[in-house]
Amino acid sequence: MQGRSSADRAERRSSGTSPLARPARGPRRGAVSFTRGVLPVLLLLVPAAFAAWSVAKSQLEPAQFVFNNGTEVATLDPAVVTGVPEGRVLRAVFEGLTIKDPETLEPLPAMAESWEISEDGLVYTFHIRRGAKWTNGDDFTAHDFTYSWERFLNPLTGAEYAYQLWYVKGAKAYTTTVDASGAPALSFDTVAITALDDHTLRVELEAPTPFFLQLMAFYPMFPVNRRNIEEAKEMFPGETWRQEWLKPERIVTNGPYKVAFRRVNDRIRLVRNEDYWDADSVAFDTIDVLAVEAYQTGLNLYLNGDTHWVDKVPNMLVPRLMQREDFQPSPYFGSYFYRVNTTRPPFDDARVRRALALTIDRRKITEKITKSGQLPWYSFMPFGMPGYHYEEMVHEADPDGDYAATFRADQQEAIRLLAEAGYGPGLKPLPPIELHYNTSETHRDIAEVIADSWQRNLGITAKLLNQEWKVYLETQSNLEYDVSRSAWIGDYIDPNTFMDLFVTGGENNKTGWGNAEYDRLIEEAKYESDPQRRLELFSRAERILMDELPILPVYSYVTQNLLSPRVGGFPGNLLDEQFPKWWYLRSDAEMEAYRASRPEGYYDRLQAVDFPSPPDGVYPPNAPGGIFREGDPRRRLSPLSN
Amino acid sequence: MIPFLVRRLVWFVITLWCVVTVSFFLMRNVEGGPFDSEKALAPEIKANIERRYHLDWPQWKQYLQYVGPFNLDERSGIFSKDTIEVDDLDAAPIEVPDPDGEPVVGPDGEPVVGPDGEPVRPTKLVRPKKTVPNPDRYTDVFTGVLAGDLGPSFKYKDYSVNDIIAQSLPISISLGSVGLFWALLLGLGAGILSAVWRGTGLDLSMRVVATMGIALPNFVIAGFLILSLAFSIDWLPVAGWGAPRFILLPSLALGAPFAAYIARLARTGVLEVLSQDHVRTARAKGLPEKLVLLRHVVKGGVLPVVSYLGPAVAGILTGSLVIEKLFGIPGTGTHFVNSALARDYTLAMGVTILYTVLVYSLNTLVDLAYTLLDPRIKLEES
Repeated sequence: MQGRSSADRAERRSSGTSPLARPARGPRRGAVSFTRGVLPVLLLLVPAAFAAWSVAKSQLEPAQFVFNNGTEVATLDPAVVTGVPEGRVLRAVFEGLTIKDPETLEPLPAMAESWEISEDGLVYTFHIRRGAKWTNGDDFTAHDFTYSWERFLNPLTGAEYAYQLWYVKGAKAYTTTVDASGAPALSFDTVAITALDDHTLRVELEAPTPFFLQLMAFYPMFPVNRRNIEEAKEMFPGETWRQEWLKPERIVTNGPYKVAFRRVNDRIRLVRNEDYWDADSVAFDTIDVLAVEAYQTGLNLYLNGDTHWVDKVPNMLVPRLMQREDFQPSPYFGSYFYRVNTTRPPFDDARVRRALALTIDRRKITEKITKSGQLPWYSFMPFGMPGYHYEEMVHEADPDGDYAATFRADQQEAIRLLAEAGYGPGLKPLPPIELHYNTSETHRDIAEVIADSWQRNLGITAKLLNQEWKVYLETQSNLEYDVSRSAWIGDYIDPNTFMDLFVTGGENNKTGWGNAEYDRLIEEAKYESDPQRRLELFSRAERILMDELPILPVYSYVTQNLLSPRVGGFPGNLLDEQFPKWWYLRSDAEMEAYRASRPEGYYDRLQAVDFPSPPDGVYPPNAPGGIFREGDPRRRLSPLSN
Repeated sequence: MIPFLVRRLVWFVITLWCVVTVSFFLMRNVEGGPFDSEKALAPEIKANIERRYHLDWPQWKQYLQYVGPFNLDERSGIFSKDTIEVDDLDAAPIEVPDPDGEPVVGPDGEPVVGPDGEPVRPTKLVRPKKTVPNPDRYTDVFTGVLAGDLGPSFKYKDYSVNDIIAQSLPISISLGSVGLFWALLLGLGAGILSAVWRGTGLDLSMRVVATMGIALPNFVIAGFLILSLAFSIDWLPVAGWGAPRFILLPSLALGAPFAAYIARLARTGVLEVLSQDHVRTARAKGLPEKLVLLRHVVKGGVLPVVSYLGPAVAGILTGSLVIEKLFGIPGTGTHFVNSALARDYTLAMGVTILYTVLVYSLNTLVDLAYTLLDPRIKLEES
């Protein structure tokens, strides 16, 4: 409004009269030279000088390895984060009991040198590595884990992932039993996590949990340093210590890299942690973690050689990028589906839900919209679970065969099912359906394909309703939708991470659906110690889910990494989890060997990409010339070492 | 001048109060909360997170806490209690009956009955509590906007809003001032040349370019600059921040639409002055054309540009959010949108307050500059 007043004044002035202005008596000589000569120049020079000073102050040496993390991390406190970008940074600066093989995701020793598991699979005894140190010089002990996990499970900490440790005996009760002030009412002695001595940690589980060692490499379970937090509490009483202990100059870590510098929305500069127990296996002196949000900008940075890796690319450019060797999507342990509100008629009728599921043109979605090789999918569990028998919804459509004809057969079946439920020509008309999704171009395009298919094949009017992320979440939780876009990405390789979603009344169910037999099977699987039988129980549960269809499966995810072929120790895996400890840059020699090891015809199909990189590569001190030691997972992956 | 400033200050306080109040209640009442996420939280954990940020308080109390200057928190603020209850870590845990537990069932399947005739319930281990002096008492008496404390960011938990603004504002100001520099340099240059050589091909082409500059949004110009310059000139980066060369393209993209507008204003202004009597007199008394232009025409002609500076500065500030996003620049603009989307109440409020203060004070400065540049104008006197 102030801006307008000055503009108005300018107009009035140019028309010659101004109620705000009156003629002055004439300028004094001295004032003229300052106000009309010097001041405007000053006004221009001061900001320019400020700009130069501010930019000069923020100069940094370029880092050896740069990647775009896609967004600013919410925090570096491992206990309270849940996001993928945070996980990447935390795996660089902290280390849990185990670390995973970058390709197979098999748990390898990390802060635990070794471990024993009791025969019934309930008691884990971890032997904590001797000689390991924190970055503040403290010795690393088993007590660091009891302290960190007490903090993690304590409801006052506000750990969103606390339930990932509820497999431990007494842990769930400890988190969820609170007094009036919100503090835990139970003693932590009720939780079966004990430090038997400085180097032995004993954990007793509620039920055999075959993925427990995988979880030990999961970032919420990373340890934090007690002295770090307590000293900050003393120095910054009140509430500010909550931010202060995490500042780069104060945070104490135990991982391969440590935090040197942070600037919000710009970068996190990581440097080699010389005190790390396996420092000789770490390749880089410096890593920059960028927080560039716009996909196009991230891609520009990569194409200009400024970053080695981007985790997402603009969807529009996928078909062109697919022809390059550095963009090769691989299966990702995630499922894209639609939730159906089973509390609202007519969606309380499984026949209606099946008709809707049958009429989704999945191949059109994966071929025309997502385009990176996503798999049209007919079950809830995504592709890739080893040893698991997938139970699919009953359907004829065959994406690999004569899709058009088989998809038509599904349409006939859908019309029949609707008629059976009492809807269709001559019967009740189906009311219009609201297709609910969060604002995004891709989600909108997919919703359009589905709406169009329902309209043409079933004569249902589907309205598209997009909502901004937080509103969308609330609408979904409150069951205020008809059919709503959803997705779920696995936290670990096990059906449990997906199948426990839809137990009756589960917090993440959000469909209103429940089935006693399904609940029983999931509960039984929890206590089943035979791995094969356990997977069968999950398959049976999925059979029920795929008959009842409170969700409409759409596709199984793929990764979207655009990765310089120079980057080694980054083979890609089902969880798309990357471990900074294993990263290095390949030399010209390894690059040549790598390309020679590709299958025949690989480079007829794909365009080789040259990325600016040091010719001798950047290898860890214990792998001179690119020959990795026995026991290092990179030895198996590197063409030079074997 | 002093009464003018005092009056402006009074209005400033009123404006700021309105902005704070309206945006506070708008923000708090919009659907969705800062701690909603795709993965549902255990209710006990969510309650604790909300308690920490005082979201469990009634809104009027949250508002008082936000405005300040007194901290209403019972642990560290003005109403702090002198003692608190904490876990007694030295005492052994005590066993107490669990009133919520299912009655204990004996081997015969019947509930076990105690000596008092009541069914036996399981026990639970409880940490004994002890009362200790409150270590945080009065450690944080002054908080809130009036105490200069914008609170912790809800989304970026490692930073306070003050931290975030302190880190990002100098970057936005640098970008904005270089952008303004381009706007003035290119705009005035083109406008004056156009006016002096009006009707020529040069004038026409500059006017076409200026019209395009006004019509094209800055992100289109940015994309064009990246495509044509950044990918072909090696030392020009496509995005990022950290050296003077990083500022060139984004500031140019940011300043270009304003340069176009300024060019049109300057052209009109100079043309108007050119036809005035004092210019004819100057020419008549034989003053060289160069001096006529510099001394008489340009100074008068650029006055409308000065008054446009107020809105231009505001526009550059708010326009920078698109440019910052496109060039990956860690300025304040990005937070303007992201914080609202993330329901980061404190950061969204902090950035809103910051922009109010900036736009208001820059406009006041422009009004002052205006009177200094044009001797015929005086600040209003009541």
